[in-house]
Amino acid sequence: MARIMLENVTRRFGLVIAVDNVSLPIIDGEFFALLGPSGCGKTTTLRLIAGLEVPTAGRVHIGDRDVTGLPPRERDVAMVFQDYALYPHMTILDNVGYPLKVRGVGRREIRERVGEVAGFLQIAELLERRPAQLSGGQQQRAAVARAVVHKPQVFLFDEPLSNLDAKLRLEARGFLKHLQHELGITTVYVTHDQAEALALADRIAIMNQGRIIQVGTPLEVYRRPQTTFVAGFIGNPPMNLVPCRLEVGVEAAHLVGTTFRLDLTSLRDRLALTLRDDEEVILGIRPEHLTFCGQGDPFAIPAETYAIQPLGAECVVILLVDSTTLSVRLFTGEPPQQTGRVWVGVNPERILVYRKSGELVLG
Amino acid sequence: MRLVRLVLTRVAFYLFVTLVAAFFALPMLWLVLTPFNPRGTLAVEIPSPATMANFRLVFANAFAMRALLNSAILGIGGMLITTLVATLAAYALSRTDVPGRDFLIYALILFSSVVTGTAAMVPIFLLIFYLGLIDTLLGVILVFTGGLLPTAIFIMRDFVEGIPRSYEESALVSGATPRQMFQDVVAPLVQPGMMVVAIWAFVHVWGAFLIPFILLRSPTSMPASVAIYSFYTEAGTPIITLTSSYALLFALPVLVLYLLVNWRYGFRFFGGIKR
Amino acid sequence: MTGGAPILSRRTGFFFLLPSLGFVSLFILFPFVWVFYLSFTNQTLTGVTAIQSRLVGLANYQRLLDFETWMTSGQFGNALRISAQFVVGSALIGQALLGLAIAWAFYRWRGAFREIVYTLVILAWIIPDVVVAFTWMAFLDRDRGTLNAILQLLRLAPVDWLIQQPVLSIIIFNTWRGTAFSMLLFSSALATIPPSYLESAEVAGASGWQKFRDIILPLIRSHILTDIILITLWTFNTFTPFLITGGGPAFKSELVSIYTFRIAFQFFEFGRGGAIAVAMMLINLVLALTYLTILRRQGVRT
Ligand SMILES: Nc1ncnc2c1ncn2[C@@H]1O[C@H](COP(=O)(O)OP(=O)(O)OP(=O)(O)O)[C@@H](O)[C@H]1O
Ligand SMILES: [Mg+2]
Repeated sequence: MARIMLENVTRRFGLVIAVDNVSLPIIDGEFFALLGPSGCGKTTTLRLIAGLEVPTAGRVHIGDRDVTGLPPRERDVAMVFQDYALYPHMTILDNVGYPLKVRGVGRREIRERVGEVAGFLQIAELLERRPAQLSGGQQQRAAVARAVVHKPQVFLFDEPLSNLDAKLRLEARGFLKHLQHELGITTVYVTHDQAEALALADRIAIMNQGRIIQVGTPLEVYRRPQTTFVAGFIGNPPMNLVPCRLEVGVEAAHLVGTTFRLDLTSLRDRLALTLRDDEEVILGIRPEHLTFCGQGDPFAIPAETYAIQPLGAECVVILLVDSTTLSVRLFTGEPPQQTGRVWVGVNPERILVYRKSGELVLG
Repeated sequence: MRLVRLVLTRVAFYLFVTLVAAFFALPMLWLVLTPFNPRGTLAVEIPSPATMANFRLVFANAFAMRALLNSAILGIGGMLITTLVATLAAYALSRTDVPGRDFLIYALILFSSVVTGTAAMVPIFLLIFYLGLIDTLLGVILVFTGGLLPTAIFIMRDFVEGIPRSYEESALVSGATPRQMFQDVVAPLVQPGMMVVAIWAFVHVWGAFLIPFILLRSPTSMPASVAIYSFYTEAGTPIITLTSSYALLFALPVLVLYLLVNWRYGFRFFGGIKR
Repeated sequence: MTGGAPILSRRTGFFFLLPSLGFVSLFILFPFVWVFYLSFTNQTLTGVTAIQSRLVGLANYQRLLDFETWMTSGQFGNALRISAQFVVGSALIGQALLGLAIAWAFYRWRGAFREIVYTLVILAWIIPDVVVAFTWMAFLDRDRGTLNAILQLLRLAPVDWLIQQPVLSIIIFNTWRGTAFSMLLFSSALATIPPSYLESAEVAGASGWQKFRDIILPLIRSHILTDIILITLWTFNTFTPFLITGGGPAFKSELVSIYTFRIAFQFFEFGRGGAIAVAMMLINLVLALTYLTILRRQGVRT
């Protein structure tokens, strides 16, 4: 068990800065997710921890050791690769036992310990097979077995579920979370699937273009995304982001769009503190915080129904407001009665306001 | 109308295919039949009676057998060295960040297609001459290794590039030393590629004529491809019984390898490979 | 993607490359450079000039390119002309066309027929040189050869192929010998074309020829280019026809490769042989550079 500490780590590939001055403390025993779009540097960060990449600048600590210059084998970590990297020429037994073999553990003991993990991961009957004879889900568990078998200090996962179909992925999620909980090993988990990160992690770091944008618990990053980038990345459908203009008077404050004018007088003082009158801002509101209402509502926005997506437990309605779209999530599951021209009400308590440049100023 | 056209196309297709098959099969008939014919001629005749007498003649001929052995030494020697050296290079070119490695490959291929055995026979002869390797099998093996290497490296690198790096990386993260990684993971994974290169190199060296012809002259070092021109009568015409059966024997390993390869990989094998 | 230094350090990588570099330098680069030097000397195998060769300037090249005599029988120009005929006839027309035709005929056709034809074509390609040379000498023999036997069956006059038509003979031989490469290249190129492309053309009412011209040809254009350059290079450098005609009769089938051999290893004039080698390598260089340029451009596109 160990904490991991990245200190101003940068990794360049020629002109590309894959990881840009990243500092991350990862707490002992926590399930930590690295989340971000493709190419943002997640894998590179993970490989820096594993020792498969050498930082251009900065230091990496695992436990109390500075491991920056150490090769992977001296870091006592384990990694599950996206393609699992199960050696095709070895049986599952040999695959899973490999970390023990290279540590000089005897054949008998290897068999015993592999048997133990295999039982726990429900692959005990597959030990004599080759990786090609296993299903995707079984391969994935075999890869995890190989990672846990020598009880490493740190677990590293690089999108381990992305090669599984949707149903298996959900199953594997539960299983991974349970496993990590049982073993209590510090885990860094790379994914570009926000739902996966929210579901699994104790804390999430959201990356973009090599930088860490926000670190927080799943609820924190969901409720208060620090930038419009995070807001647009997390949640499905993501947060509605509507460009509008702020009017701050002596007494009152309004958010003005092309077709609506929301009364934010109750927030006037907080808004006036950081924003100017007539400043362009972005209104952020989660789909579940919009409701259908009548025309008279002071927080109503006129809209046009565009598409209705019933999902069983809930119903997502896409609306057109001028030229932008708004998603509304209805927890009743029933599609709305009115279609065509409708009014949606904004809950002013739940409003987030971002500067045009993207930072959160109110929420 | 449509039907007529369809029938005509079909007929044209079969006609074409039959002609092609005949064109490629007919010249080979002689090779298949004559070795079993006790009266060897240049004509294609069904041997009656078919005998193995010609082969017995060959097996009894110490010089002929020695030449086959020499061919085997050349083929196997060239194959082993080429495959080994090419694999090392291809692996390095695929897995390190040696600067300009793509350029290196291109330059290699370029030079090997420019400096062919035919174009470079003069300097190659002189080089081997000055190295004191004239009339030695080693000289021929070295020359072939040099000539085959660029293509072998190219084929092999393609193969290695197809192996995900995550295999090696996962071995390293699992705690393997570089040495263990090579033994346990890399070696088994590159083996199929090495087989392909080995077969290709063997067939190439085994059948070659020109280079052994100019570099090897004494009867004890001649390979079969050169020795076959020794089975002439005093009048200067080939002794066909001997020549034809020897030719078939000489072609046999290649035919066997062909069957093996075709059974294992299908025609795909030849796709990635140039002559 | 570069990187991944931990798998193999630069140092180890360099050691892995070392043997290859040694072989290539000694047996490819060095001969390439040396032959230029040789071509300016009067080096021979025997006699005084074997030990004490000296620089003779452009003399070898002047003899090679003496435009009064160079097209006469047994001279360089003549060999160049025959090589050109040989390349155009056997590589471009013979191998490329026939290979394409076979590959196209068997496109979407599996089964025994295809196996048989492919096997025959490939066998013709991989059997050792001397073996096919003997079978072809038998095949083309005037009195007892199979080809003349067939002609007689068709009530045609027999031809003394190797004497009367030596160039045509080696062209046909080399077409037979090397079609496999083009056939395999084209059939793997065709295999990458999704059947839906052709099916949609069929739905639109295209005939077989139209489908080939409008869909297949544009899609495999780069393969055709690759094929043509490679087989041109190889055909230009092949020595096998020597085993059938010996370059004769009276130099009528003397290719550049055979000419080099005659000058260097029958007359043992290495200086002059070197000059021919230089000419050959320059031609090879042009072809290879063209090929690499195409390869590069393809690499960029994919
Ligand atoms: N070995 C390398 N050589 C050069 N550039 C690289 C290398 N590895 C990564 N990069 C670049 O660094 C950036 C970050 O890559 P990285 O693989 O870390 O992204 P990622 O967040 O894991 O993306 P994905 O979700 O697609 O896996 C990318 O622009 C990538 O092209
Ligand atoms: Mg990645």
